[in-house]
Amino acid sequence: MKKIITLLFILQLLALSACSVKPWVKPYHRAKLANEVMQYDRDPISDGYIHHVRQARESARGAEGAGGGGCGCN
Amino acid sequence: MVATKNISFIYRYFSLTLLLSASNLLYAVVLPEERADAMYHRYDGGGMVIDGPSILVRKNIAEKYSIAANYYIDSVSSASIDVLTSGASEYTEERIESSLDFTYLEDKSLINIGYTTSQENDYEASSFRIDFSQDFFGDMSTLSMGFSQGNDDITQTDNENFSEKLERRHYRIGLAQILTRHLIANINYESIIDEGYLQNPYRFILVNTGTAYNVEAERYPNTRNSDAVSLKLSYHLPWSAAIKSRLGYFTDSWGIKSQSIELDYSQQLNKRWLVDLRIRQYQQGEADFYANAFDIDSALQTFVGRDKELSEYSSFSVGLGASYEWTFNHRIEKARVNFQVDYMLFDYDNFHEVTSETTASFGIGNEPLYSFNAYALRLFFSIWY
Repeated sequence: MKKIITLLFILQLLALSACSVKPWVKPYHRAKLANEVMQYDRDPISDGYIHHVRQARESARGAEGAGGGGCGCN
Repeated sequence: MVATKNISFIYRYFSLTLLLSASNLLYAVVLPEERADAMYHRYDGGGMVIDGPSILVRKNIAEKYSIAANYYIDSVSSASIDVLTSGASEYTEERIESSLDFTYLEDKSLINIGYTTSQENDYEASSFRIDFSQDFFGDMSTLSMGFSQGNDDITQTDNENFSEKLERRHYRIGLAQILTRHLIANINYESIIDEGYLQNPYRFILVNTGTAYNVEAERYPNTRNSDAVSLKLSYHLPWSAAIKSRLGYFTDSWGIKSQSIELDYSQQLNKRWLVDLRIRQYQQGEADFYANAFDIDSALQTFVGRDKELSEYSSFSVGLGASYEWTFNHRIEKARVNFQVDYMLFDYDNFHEVTSETTASFGIGNEPLYSFNAYALRLFFSIWY
């Protein structure tokens, strides 16, 4: 029981500290992130195709994922 | 003759199309760009040539809605190692895929729904998907979630009595996080559940009797659950360039595990030219029920398969790309012509090149390991409006 209380206390501290963290990269500092060279799937028609070719030859599948990050870098 | 048609190639191909068309649309909570692309694609390697066109058009409405349509054709001509092993002739076929996506933007949220169909002479598939993404933490973070449901109808050429079904469900979640002014990270997880007919009606296992190979139908489990996770990092270099990496890990209920690593470099040379360079390494272990050749006893086990995509192997690829851009002050904002090519090497660790010639030359069970190289090119024209 004591361990559980300690764990809950630590989690509570973490939650509080997370709340106190503020976004540290301001929108006006995201110009480079929005540059198209940063995009992983810059051309959907082409990038989708090469992913298809790979997966056709591999058993692995999934988690190709999306980009994002709120920088409007799409 | 279509005796060894590579149906597993096709359904894997299709399943990823569903995934990517959804994820590409959900690229942060802004509407995707209004653009149209027309592409010629060609894959050539391992005795297979697959080429065809693809058209992708997107139109946004009232800065809240976006509609995208894709039409895609694969024209396949195959004399792959599977065809050669069976002694069958080269075959040709065509697959047509079309998809439609609708995206809705509301404040910091984006919702996408889409539908895709794929048709060929002995395989029909359809899928519905829904994805949601949300920006938070000062727009430094984007959380995305999605679900897809796919239903496939499988038939067999020259066998009217064969009819099977396959159902597939995808569950995915991802987090994109801005870390610094130059670095963004993206972590994704996806679980896929297959239920139904998962083997290939055209493929066979080899049973080594000591003096000859007998062939028997493959027997796969009717379920497959897989988990995949990936971590992507994109870093903007001090000049107009970026270096990007992707690490991937995969495991499934058939005992297959794989890892991949990819490095990309993109450079804006000037206002018109943009070039890309990438390398990628992939390796995987074999499925629990895979064997290049079974002996008479092991061929009696419940599940058996000889699909080389279930074997242990590695691949390495190098890719190059270049784009040239024109800008306009009219209804069309800009246009680009793009060329991308990837050269791939595949080395199999326990899949052998079994043909009547190699068996005669090297002796049964001593055929050389299989390897091949291939290229995949894309030539496409894009306009933004």
